[in-house]
Amino acid sequence: MNMLESSVNQAAGAAAGAKPYLQIVDVVKKFGDNTVVDHINLNIARNEIFALLGSSGCGKSTLLRMLAGMETPSSGRIILDGEDITHLAPYERPINMMFQSYALFPHMSVAQNIAFGLKQDGLPRGEIAERVERMLELVQMKKYASRKPFQLSGGQQQRVALARSLAKRPKLLLLDEPLGALDKKLRQQTQLELVNMIEQVGVTCIMVTHDQEEAMTMAGRIGIMSDGQLLQVASPGEIYERPNCRFTAEFIGETNLFGGHVVEDEPDYVRIQSAELPRPVHIGHGITGTLGMPVWLSLRPERVGVSRQQPVGDGNWAAGTVHDIAYLGGFSIFHVRLPTGKVVKASVPATRWREEAAPTWDEPVFVSWADNDAVVLTQ
Amino acid sequence: MNNANNLSVFGKLSLGAGFAFLYLPIVVLVVYSFNASKLVTVWAGFSTHWYGELFRDEAVLSSLWLSLKIAFLASTMSVVLGTIAGLVLARFGPFRGKSLFAGMITAPMVMPEVITGLSMLLLFVQMQQWFGHPAERGVLTIWVGHVTLCMAYVTVVIRARLVEMDRSVEEAAMDLGARPLKIFFLITLPIIAPAIASGFLLAFTLSLDDLVITAFLSGPGSTTLPQLIFSRVRLGLNPEINALATITVLAVAVLVVSANRIMVRAERRRARLAAAAA
Repeated sequence: MNMLESSVNQAAGAAAGAKPYLQIVDVVKKFGDNTVVDHINLNIARNEIFALLGSSGCGKSTLLRMLAGMETPSSGRIILDGEDITHLAPYERPINMMFQSYALFPHMSVAQNIAFGLKQDGLPRGEIAERVERMLELVQMKKYASRKPFQLSGGQQQRVALARSLAKRPKLLLLDEPLGALDKKLRQQTQLELVNMIEQVGVTCIMVTHDQEEAMTMAGRIGIMSDGQLLQVASPGEIYERPNCRFTAEFIGETNLFGGHVVEDEPDYVRIQSAELPRPVHIGHGITGTLGMPVWLSLRPERVGVSRQQPVGDGNWAAGTVHDIAYLGGFSIFHVRLPTGKVVKASVPATRWREEAAPTWDEPVFVSWADNDAVVLTQ
Repeated sequence: MNNANNLSVFGKLSLGAGFAFLYLPIVVLVVYSFNASKLVTVWAGFSTHWYGELFRDEAVLSSLWLSLKIAFLASTMSVVLGTIAGLVLARFGPFRGKSLFAGMITAPMVMPEVITGLSMLLLFVQMQQWFGHPAERGVLTIWVGHVTLCMAYVTVVIRARLVEMDRSVEEAAMDLGARPLKIFFLITLPIIAPAIASGFLLAFTLSLDDLVITAFLSGPGSTTLPQLIFSRVRLGLNPEINALATITVLAVAVLVVSANRIMVRAERRRARLAAAAA
């Protein structure tokens, strides 16, 4: 919980900072009648790594392209470091982007690729050489300086693309699906490497991804996008533990969702009755809502315990039978079918079954959770 | 690849028939270029006499030179115009009259050459009456006619390359501070260079052997090689033309084989380096 609180504070601090570094003010993008980006407001602090997370077609890439200047907003403004850049051409913006396909210039060597942007700025030769050298060092590609892009592996191309977009020391770095073109194993290893390099340079960074693991590993804050709208902006921990709507809860990680309504509404606790659960769910804190109001409950599988003994107390547990078990080594996912027909997923660590044997198929068990484990979603 | 020895008897026969169909006429042509006789069809012993005759024939040499000149100028111009047209069609989104423009550019490919030649002739005659220019038909009018034809092919080749090219490469250049014109010369042009080269070669060969359009648009003193050969055929051939054809075949063969060699070598080198990188 400590980590969670500190990241909440950090996020709050970023949002409440005296003057945000990048301001996206009420930006809308329409293609014909189709609204792709729908009134987005977002502030980014200096040196923050921010991830826009959403499934394909949610408008995240269009938003990124508007920041790069490849698309012009239908309305709204984009302000970077006090300067309104909404209508600047891409080649006039102090922003550089790393493309999903890397978009390396195929007819130029690695060093020439990195030097390209510096040459456009008309820097003296000596300085270009020196900066290219430093970038090659940063991404550890020094010995490949004279190679052509097609002679490099995917991971090496990705590092060259990063070096090229950092060489001009942009005020803002944009990453479009930065690791999307790499295979899974290489991706995990590269995620932290990439963050280290970005932090080493100290650049404000916005990335777009559909991979929640990538967003959670790399970014300090995440914005969940769906249908052109920003649904929630928060730290990875908060987004996972305290989703503010049904979409976020389902989109990030696995969860058990129960529909229900408030049956007891007190300042320090609420009770929620769901048709899918045999007894009311007790929530250990008050919510902003009214009696009888329909809500959703989100219960993460790792919060659900599985036991053979009936849990004490009058709420937050249910009897059922083991319907399915997915053994995943370190933990197993138990699918427990309740008498109501609802299947509850419980992620149980292997260490849980030291004293007794793990339940098996069709065995009657109880699922239970603590007072604050279920998250009440009012949207 | 399957070994050729695996072919059945029927396979071998059809392969032989196919090769004979394709290459027998050329073999006959080459053989008869060494004919001592004055008549193409009557064999009278081996001789290189007609090769000597060819190189002393001023008419052949000057028309060959003219054909090469026109082919070079026409293919250069069609590459310039074809690149611009390909760029407009591939990059400038939908605009009013785009399909009309695309249709007009590629029309000479499907239109009978007789029609293209005739309509251009009528245009030039009309222009001469109205503003006295072009004063007469000759190299200039042939050049214009050939550019119209060749440009259609070049545009198709270059447009196809531009469409399959990854646009984000151009966007990356823009993102790094290059303006559109600079992007074209520093990024787009080098990437589509192979397509431009093959477009140029295609245009060159089209122009070099064009007879129909040339026939409509040529004037006195502008006889291209195909025209000369064609007119001599009517007067009765002699093995001199066979000698000319043999030299042409040889030149084409050398060019094709060496171009192929270079490409294969580059491809091998590429594969080796790519393998080393992986």
